[in-house]
Amino acid sequence: MLLIKCPYCEEERPELEFRNAGEAHLVRANPIIEQSDDDFAGFLYFRQNPKGLQFERWRHIHGCGRFFNAVRDSVSDKFLTVYKAGEPRPDVSTLLSPAAAEPAEPPVTKRPRAKKVEVSQ
Amino acid sequence: MSASIHSGSNRIPGAGRLTPAKTVRFTFDGQSLTGLEGDTLASALLANGIHLVGRSFKYHRPRGILSAGSEEPNALVDIERDKSRKQPNVRATVQEIYDGLRVKSQNRWPSLTFDVGALGDVFSPMLPAGFYYKTFMWPKFAWKSIYEPRIRAAAGLGVTPGEPDTDRYSNRFAHCDVLVVGAGAAGLTAALSAASTGANVIICDEQAEPGGALRYESDVIIDGVPGFEWAVAAIAKLCAMDNVTVLTRTTAFGYYAQNFVGLVERISDHLSNPASDMPRERLWQIRAKKVVLATGAIERQMVFANNDRPGVMLASAARIFLNQYGVAIGRKVGVYTSNDSAYAAAIDLKRAGIDVPVIVDTRDNPTPAVVDAARSLDIEVLTGHAVFSAGGKRRVSSMSIQPTRGGSERKVAVDALIMSGGWTPSVHLFSQSRGKVAWDAANERFLPGTYAQDCVSIGACNGTDGLQATLDEAFGAGGGKGKTVVATGGTDWIGGMIGSAPGAGANTTVKAFVDFQNDVTAKDVRLAVREGMHSIEHVKRFTTNGMATDQGKTSNLHGLAIAAEALNRPIPAVGLTTFRAPFTPVTFGAIVNHARHDLFDPTRRTPMHGWHQTQGAAFEDVGQWKRAWYYPQAGEDMHTAVNRECVAVRNQAGIFDASTLGKIEVVGPDSAKFLELLYTNPWEKLGIGRLRYGIMLREDGFIYDDGVVGRLAEDRFHVTTTTGGAPRVMHHMEDYLQTEFPHLDVWLTSTTEQWAVIAVQGPRAREIIAPLVEGIDMSNEAMPHMSVREGTICGVPTRLFRMSFTGETGYEINVPSDYGRAVWEAVYERGKPLGLTPYGTEAMHILRAEKGYIIVGQDTDGTVTPQDAGLTWAIGKNKTDYVGIRGLLRRDLVANGRKQLVGLKTVDPTTVLEEGAQIVANPNQPVPMTMIGHVTSSYWSENCGRSIALALVIDGSKRLGETLYVPMPNGVIEVEVTGTVFFDEKGERLNG
Amino acid sequence: MRKYSVFALAREAMRAHKGWDQQWSSPEPKPEYDVIIVGAGGHGLATAYYLAKEHGITNVAVLEKGWLGGGNTGRNTTIIRSNYLYDESAGIYEHAVKLWEGLSQDLNYNVMYSARGVMMLAHNIHDVQVFKRHIHANRLNGIDNEWLTPEQVKEFCPPINLSADARYPIIGAALQRRGGTARHDAVAWGYARAAADRGVHIIQNCEVTGIRRAPNGAVVGVDTNRGPINAKKVGVVAAGHTSVIMNMAGVRMPLESYPLQALVSEPVKPLIPCVIMSNTVHAYISQSDKGEMVIGAGTDQYTSYSQTGGLHIINHTLDAICEMFPVLTRLKMLRSWGGIVDVTPDRSPILAKTPVSGLYVNCGWGTGGFKATPGSGNVFAHTIARDEPHRINAPFTIERFTTGRLIDEAAAAAVAH
Repeated sequence: MLLIKCPYCEEERPELEFRNAGEAHLVRANPIIEQSDDDFAGFLYFRQNPKGLQFERWRHIHGCGRFFNAVRDSVSDKFLTVYKAGEPRPDVSTLLSPAAAEPAEPPVTKRPRAKKVEVSQ
Repeated sequence: MSASIHSGSNRIPGAGRLTPAKTVRFTFDGQSLTGLEGDTLASALLANGIHLVGRSFKYHRPRGILSAGSEEPNALVDIERDKSRKQPNVRATVQEIYDGLRVKSQNRWPSLTFDVGALGDVFSPMLPAGFYYKTFMWPKFAWKSIYEPRIRAAAGLGVTPGEPDTDRYSNRFAHCDVLVVGAGAAGLTAALSAASTGANVIICDEQAEPGGALRYESDVIIDGVPGFEWAVAAIAKLCAMDNVTVLTRTTAFGYYAQNFVGLVERISDHLSNPASDMPRERLWQIRAKKVVLATGAIERQMVFANNDRPGVMLASAARIFLNQYGVAIGRKVGVYTSNDSAYAAAIDLKRAGIDVPVIVDTRDNPTPAVVDAARSLDIEVLTGHAVFSAGGKRRVSSMSIQPTRGGSERKVAVDALIMSGGWTPSVHLFSQSRGKVAWDAANERFLPGTYAQDCVSIGACNGTDGLQATLDEAFGAGGGKGKTVVATGGTDWIGGMIGSAPGAGANTTVKAFVDFQNDVTAKDVRLAVREGMHSIEHVKRFTTNGMATDQGKTSNLHGLAIAAEALNRPIPAVGLTTFRAPFTPVTFGAIVNHARHDLFDPTRRTPMHGWHQTQGAAFEDVGQWKRAWYYPQAGEDMHTAVNRECVAVRNQAGIFDASTLGKIEVVGPDSAKFLELLYTNPWEKLGIGRLRYGIMLREDGFIYDDGVVGRLAEDRFHVTTTTGGAPRVMHHMEDYLQTEFPHLDVWLTSTTEQWAVIAVQGPRAREIIAPLVEGIDMSNEAMPHMSVREGTICGVPTRLFRMSFTGETGYEINVPSDYGRAVWEAVYERGKPLGLTPYGTEAMHILRAEKGYIIVGQDTDGTVTPQDAGLTWAIGKNKTDYVGIRGLLRRDLVANGRKQLVGLKTVDPTTVLEEGAQIVANPNQPVPMTMIGHVTSSYWSENCGRSIALALVIDGSKRLGETLYVPMPNGVIEVEVTGTVFFDEKGERLNG
Repeated sequence: MRKYSVFALAREAMRAHKGWDQQWSSPEPKPEYDVIIVGAGGHGLATAYYLAKEHGITNVAVLEKGWLGGGNTGRNTTIIRSNYLYDESAGIYEHAVKLWEGLSQDLNYNVMYSARGVMMLAHNIHDVQVFKRHIHANRLNGIDNEWLTPEQVKEFCPPINLSADARYPIIGAALQRRGGTARHDAVAWGYARAAADRGVHIIQNCEVTGIRRAPNGAVVGVDTNRGPINAKKVGVVAAGHTSVIMNMAGVRMPLESYPLQALVSEPVKPLIPCVIMSNTVHAYISQSDKGEMVIGAGTDQYTSYSQTGGLHIINHTLDAICEMFPVLTRLKMLRSWGGIVDVTPDRSPILAKTPVSGLYVNCGWGTGGFKATPGSGNVFAHTIARDEPHRINAPFTIERFTTGRLIDEAAAAAVAH
């Protein structure tokens, strides 16, 4: 169960309070009636579905009820940031600065040990 | 009679920590036995000299007790309190005994000592890993009728209880600063350290008692006291602290995203007579700021021929049985090891007076100190030797020893054999946390590498060797300040071997077990490699190594090493199978806990529910709601009751509970503009006090919901939705309001639960309710069809809708929910003498179908446009935008050949079509037939005196008058395509 | 290829099973193939097999990032059925079931297709309407599917809870007797062995990193972590990762990838004789030949490539299972895992040519792709070999999401009023 920060409530709350609402920053054309078939299909159905950083919408449905956006890594499921609906898409490069991306090393002094080989799971 | 005889002949006086006087009686396969309070089933059986406790999965080989913990693969038994509280596949090494415990062995017939299934062992040459993929294919039919049923019957272990469980399970959510998993020396130290900083700490351990390895490590001194005493004191200290929660018999089984950890606490399985209100197990779902993993290490077996014989056991297990439970696992115990730790076991056994004839060590040069210590007790130590085979069948009787480099064989008679292949750090939870393990080549073990969450591993599970180093590391992990504890003694967790032992290597054909429970031998692993299974995942799946109920705690690393050797590749290149939750099996009941029966899903009832019950109504489930379906009177079946209700509505009046309809209050200066965008209909010009039927689409152009909307003021609308649609319509509206049309000044409030809705429908509707209503002119002129007024009814504020879902003059009385039943009863009392009849959802469905009113979700199915449903009139002609307007223009949505809603009349008026029946133009075509439509609604209409149906038919609107066919299994039904209105086609009754 | 049989087993038993061949070889990739299949799951391997067997195209490489059969093929709950509503879906799934019925013999590999029946439970009147619609449509399409009364449900599956006090009582069921299960790994291995025997190269640990195209846009090959490999035809069969691979060719897909979890219980003696599915209480269950209860349900709500999901999803699933089978509360969850399913807007697959010449895609099976494996591979092979779709997969285009000609089985099941 994910832990999600609502940018309106400014609280981290369990996923059960939220409803995912799909890819963010899809623009409904205006006037939509004049949109081409392909563009309309793109808006309606075709998705980035990235493996990596993903801009997505959530609603704090069992909380304040507001829709907001989030940047989440679709591999680790970690949230990089959340922001209110209507706010501009954040700059990914600042989100990925080393300080933001790397998890804190566990505060343990380890004795040196034999060379490790990373094993992929 | 001495206590030792009471509680088993292998109990050693003075050994262990149990109290000899506190005896407990239990049975095993009907045999009455005695143990001591605090015994596990395993220790109590061993105390009574019983090693043979089960049969293996595939070959039904006799099996004993391998371990003393949750890693146990062999000793699985069935425990039955009563018919509904029967538990298969219980690990005897985990189950504590209680007075009256009844235990049965599993997977054997007719008895444990004589098991017909053991023929599988005889035929085992025919049954190597994956044999079933290569045979049972001829003759083709025999798989289903002969082979598979036999395979299924032979497989499986225990038997599922026959009766529903009467035990209760409970559930807790918790937050903490630090969660410590494991209450051994490391975990206790970390918890004490963390607690000293004032942090909120939860510490759990799967055992009944704290201490971990301190329970058997006889030489440990911490802070000047013996290790186990220190552990008991530490737990007592933790228990006394307000900021600490101590959970024993509690397994952390799953480590999920963002430090969310699932624990299961076993509360009553060790009690003789648990109180009836006591839960059996409790699920803890903990969100921790930091997790400290102190999960220790698990000892591995040696992989040699017949290493599965009862009496062959892990060295640490023998030590626990002796030092904790005072039980000698045998009188003459051989030792087979590849690391130092087994020496301590040998020495403990010897000192307890048990004959330890020989320690066989595969190493040429073991640590001199441990060898000397053993030899000083007159234990023979054979270095550079291996046990090539264990003798005996239902109990080990001998060990055959040879030099590792070959040479003459020597046979030593034993009645138990302990072994140690070394220690595997428990990185299960670390790996579940999505941490990446790293291969420690020097010590041949996987250790925590890269962390993915705020988590730290300490002690043996982190590869930290030496007790003092472990305690230092643990103290640091807890974040405490000051001096750490001082300790001496204990075992190092390094050394040993992985893979097959000498005598069980490549080119041998012996049965050297890697995975005991699933009967996977070293040669099976090699066969898998030979057949091209070069990924460890393939090896695992082909052999089933590591897939038994112990999930490979003792077998995974051995299997990996054997595969790597066969592939001639380094172990990390072959890979490691993924660790998955749960760490040990978790009872479904604990996960489900309260969510059963009524609490499985909330039940929604209307304010008038109790009244319907008093009238004997039958109910139907509609979403989470219970709706009154029909009201049978004495002697009536459903059909008769529904006919009566339908006729009453058309001739006098009916009363119907419509409270389940969704309601949304739309308020604000831009409300009309908002509805213009959310519905196909126009709203700007709807007069105050008027109602309109609205259609809501999704952006794709298909019908999403419908309902009547009333305008109460310039800036206030009362919107209704379908019963099932209310939450998603609200969500859909909020989505557009917040994200697409945020410039609109509108507020949305769900009012579904706030209003009770009483529909009164029929020619006498006005006559019935008018006397109860105040402040509203209900005359036909002042309050025509499709209007809404506010006033009072029975003195209660109401929004009175004049509308109809039956085609009759009708009203829907909205009153605050708390008054719903009182007003309902008042209306009913008033109307009863005038023929007012309660009707349920079934009659409602028929009455609306007689009028051709659709039900979204029944006559539409998510692929139907307003045009398809004959609702083109409900689309605002001059609108330039609404949700769905563009979707409706897509090529396929405007093409010919779409299904359109029509009426159907069966040529034989007494034939009622089946809903869902398919329609064809030519009933004589061969299968597969070309289907051109299906029946969406179909009923017997007592008011029409015939059956009626609605259907979606390709180009239906062009087929009026055509004859079509409904082929049924017992004949073809001829139907005529008609309009959708079957009753009062001109709609005159609405305005009566 | 050495034939598998009980006689072969007996012969090998005499010599300690030393004589078995590798089921498939692990060749180094050649510089060029006629066809490259990206993804060695069941669908990809089946495609390669039928390319070789039915179209004579044996110069084929199946490239696999990890180990063959390691994606959704090896992670699903193995349910097989064909009682779908629409002609298009019924067509492809029934094609698959017919192939399942002879697959063990065709591949000479026992895939343990077990036609034990798939029973879909109805809990309310809406369910009844939907299932009856399916049953009538299936009957006229020649596909078996029958209605069971609650008593017949109980007879067919005795441990089920028929109590009227259940939160959602069972009021009937649709039963497809030819539906059932198969052994998922054996399907991948059987196809791999049979394809390799016909000359197909199965190349594991070979990750596609790019799709190479000629100046005119046509596909000329792929880049991999083991170097470039040429082919004029590339079929993408990489469930879960389709968007990622197709993005390499600049093709955006109507797909989203969700984590789907499943779990098994500890093994017990045979109890549940068939497959049970319930959309209303939302779970499905069958018992494997090994005795484990194999249980699954819905996806997590968010897209993810993590192959893990939340405990609360498993929680809801088990709630539903224990509601249907109260006798199971004392069984234990032994192992849980996750896969990545790619889902289209209408929950029906795409098996089609793409806007890129020489690039073909087979994806979007959502949570139900295993059952289609033989049929999917069979018609996809046809599509690649002939550069035009088979009659059966012709409706499963990408363009349908532009025209609106959806094949929306889930929408047809609609929602309660």
